[in-house]
Amino acid sequence: MTPLLTPDARAELSRRDFMKRSGALVVAFSAARVASDLGLARATVSAQGINGVGSPQLDSWIAIGTDGRVTAYTGKCELGTGLYTAQLQLVAEELCVPMDRVTLIQCDTSMTPDQGTTSGAQSHPTNFNHANLALACATAREALVQLASKRLGVPVEQLAAADAAVAVRGDASRRATYSELIGGQTFNLQLNPKAQRKPASEWTILGKPVPRVDFPAIVTGRFEYVHNVRVPGMLHGRVVRPPALGSTLVKVDEGSVQGMPGLVKVVVRKNFVGVVAEKMWQAEQAARRLKAEWTPGRTVPDQRTFHQHLRSQKATRDVMTVDSGDVDTTAGGGTVLRSTYHHPFQMHASVGTACAVADVQATRATIYSATQAVWPLRNTMATMLGLKPEEVRIVFRMGSGCYGVNGADTVSYDAALLSQAVGRPVRVWLSRQDEMSWENYGPAFVVDQRVALDPSGTIVAWDYESWTLSLGGRPGYNAPGNVVTGNLAGFQPQGVQPRSPAPAPTSFDNGSNTAPSYVTGTVGNRSGGCGVVKSERALTHTIESPFFTGPLRSPARLQNTFAHESFMDEIAAHVKADPVEYRLRHLRDPRLRDVVTAASQKAGWDRRPSPRNGNGTRRSGVATGRGMACVLYEGDNGYCALVAEVDVNLSTGLVTVKRCVAAMDCGPISNPDGVRNQMEGGIIHGISRALREEVTWSGERVTSVDWRTYRPWYLGDHVPVIETVLINRPDAEAMGAGETAITVTAAAIGNAIFDATGARVRQLPFTADRVKAAIDGKA
Amino acid sequence: MSVITLRVNGQTRTVDVDPATPLLYVLTDDLELRGPKFGCGLGQCGACTVIVKGEAVRSCSVPVQSVAGAEIITLEGLGSPENPHAIQQAFIDGQALQCGFCISGVVMTAKALLDKTPNASDAQIRQAMSNVLCRCGAHVRMLAAIKKYQQQRLERRTA
Ligand code: FES
Ligand code: FES
Repeated sequence: MTPLLTPDARAELSRRDFMKRSGALVVAFSAARVASDLGLARATVSAQGINGVGSPQLDSWIAIGTDGRVTAYTGKCELGTGLYTAQLQLVAEELCVPMDRVTLIQCDTSMTPDQGTTSGAQSHPTNFNHANLALACATAREALVQLASKRLGVPVEQLAAADAAVAVRGDASRRATYSELIGGQTFNLQLNPKAQRKPASEWTILGKPVPRVDFPAIVTGRFEYVHNVRVPGMLHGRVVRPPALGSTLVKVDEGSVQGMPGLVKVVVRKNFVGVVAEKMWQAEQAARRLKAEWTPGRTVPDQRTFHQHLRSQKATRDVMTVDSGDVDTTAGGGTVLRSTYHHPFQMHASVGTACAVADVQATRATIYSATQAVWPLRNTMATMLGLKPEEVRIVFRMGSGCYGVNGADTVSYDAALLSQAVGRPVRVWLSRQDEMSWENYGPAFVVDQRVALDPSGTIVAWDYESWTLSLGGRPGYNAPGNVVTGNLAGFQPQGVQPRSPAPAPTSFDNGSNTAPSYVTGTVGNRSGGCGVVKSERALTHTIESPFFTGPLRSPARLQNTFAHESFMDEIAAHVKADPVEYRLRHLRDPRLRDVVTAASQKAGWDRRPSPRNGNGTRRSGVATGRGMACVLYEGDNGYCALVAEVDVNLSTGLVTVKRCVAAMDCGPISNPDGVRNQMEGGIIHGISRALREEVTWSGERVTSVDWRTYRPWYLGDHVPVIETVLINRPDAEAMGAGETAITVTAAAIGNAIFDATGARVRQLPFTADRVKAAIDGKA
Repeated sequence: MSVITLRVNGQTRTVDVDPATPLLYVLTDDLELRGPKFGCGLGQCGACTVIVKGEAVRSCSVPVQSVAGAEIITLEGLGSPENPHAIQQAFIDGQALQCGFCISGVVMTAKALLDKTPNASDAQIRQAMSNVLCRCGAHVRMLAAIKKYQQQRLERRTA
């Protein structure tokens, strides 16, 4: 291994070598769309459902060089979560080679299969189950064993693969290396759905806490992020965004920047405005100086009353997740409890602003991008540029951690539009304000909850109704207007098509965690939920958003889980039950029960109802409390339970999270240290969002535009002790691990605040003022 | 434009730039260094941090002319992948990052503090890190890596 090279650079080199040695290996990936006919791409978890479907051709995934090195191609990229290393482990394990004999090429439309979008919780299920990359590796290993069988004249049962060779069991001298068997040639095989994965009990690389291969280069400043890509002749661009939401361009006064040093061009396309200069600093100054006239913007309803506005809109798109048809009658009888929860708009707010490098020529374009979706971006980019999709190449380079659709796609369009206008390569990185004012925010939510209890205090009906917003989102394969640049350049964002009432559900899809864990989730004669409550309804109304929206780490799942798990806690408190015991009473899914039990045991949970004895009446000093929350992420994609312990300053309302204990089950663990890192990061990110983060606006402008006005959790802010429990299920399906812990964090903290103070805070973030008001407002 | 001579990672480098250009832009574009990153350009996040004459400095907020001739150290000036500096090794050992985009702010700020104040208390470390941002939430491991490096550093000195 040459540590000085980044994984990408290494991959590039090795591909060139490979091409030289093996003759061009160009597989028509577009034909990959037929893979679904073979039943290859879909496993049982819903996460698999996302657009790109990989490829049925083994040669699209795996190549063996003349030197026996394995090159693997993946459509799932490294976003900072450790997926690159985990996929290397997978390939090395399945193909029985050491990790340093594997080259992994990620997300490049000229080389890798179309696997749609890499989104946090979906890569593990997609590539580590019996499909896609994992199946390709298993198919390749079996093919190699078969080739060896022919060559050695020994039946396959007597052969085993190890260390890049196939040898006769018990006679290591009779062997054939991978290089001898197929080095430099193609397999010409289809993925074999019957190929056997290596059982987890035999793993020596996968399942181990292998250190990240990219860290040495990153911590010594050698790693090539997209920001470091340099193309000969590259110029620098800056964009000039409208001053307000909904403003359109009247005119640009090019004279205002005439003669500025290094200025190459002012570029205008409909409402898209940018400048290109020789140097970054020159571009930045020209962008600041450029005079442009814009129409007045569109006023956004007052932030203070926004949630009322949201719930009062009539033209909504309604979705019914589950409806047993009897909640109103069931709720008619006994005790009925109600609560309403509010969640703000929040943003991805990556540490680095988005950046891309584009080289657009008359009939071809190459764009280096930190997009999560190289193949979809290739199509929308072609639309934007007036090129054919096959004339566009999108090459992934890692950016700042994204947590969803941050500015990576929009800045790719920015760079491409500017490059096209000047006929030279252009790099764009956004200003902090450009990024924060215009990114696709995670949407606000209002959730009404209602349950009915029987005389024993058990829940017999659960009714959920929510209101949220949407505008744009991921551009996908055909909607460049879903992000700001595409929209400014003249493409429409996907809006909301009103539809009310909601059609009856045809199956139970809890992908947004709309239904709580405690209901049966019964649609037709199948019950897909984790719980026992039979009388159930979950109805969501979506209205058009004044801001662009899009998936933000645990999209809607976090907002819904906050409402479900807070409410469950309120119900437990009402019936004076221990919150853990009360959850278990309503859960039937054994794996969800297991994480709840594991987290509470590890935390040393003291069984008693909330609030903590005596805490309900205190008004000064510091009160401590503990809270629990749990989820089956997306209804089928990772189990997590979290116990949070907090201190609340009763005079100021300031919340300090002291300790977090999380238990997680994501099926077979591919890299335990990687999972723990994701859990810890998810919890800190979750604390930041629970205690601080909120998009703000005034009139027609977003006002949270830098790190002062949108202040997240800094390194110097108090961090809790975090303890993690991993439940390994070697024989289960691989599930997501990146978005599960964050999903339960806000609710666990809110429940701990209640335990400490007796005050229930139903609106995020839990700012000191809001917590103080809740404490003071208690009867 | 004017010709400015810089001392970066022990080497003398000459650039011809607008003297008001932020140091960060010169480091990343003219010198093609990959350590310091643009996060905000406002001095609010730390991603651009370098060490100038022993102090952690936010290179996005410093005009290049103001550091002409001064000793500047970037993340790559500490160590290499084959031979990382002890503080970098502590981060690798602790797997104390995720995307790593924030890492110049974290490592350079901590190093500058501990060079000056080897016995820095936890509170002093927290204070120094109070304006350094990591959005991946690697805080716990990062603080542990800094502590580990501090301990090793103290042990080496007494040894
Ligand atoms: S980029 Fe310099 S402090 Fe943020
Ligand atoms: S590791 Fe991603 S921002 Fe710190």
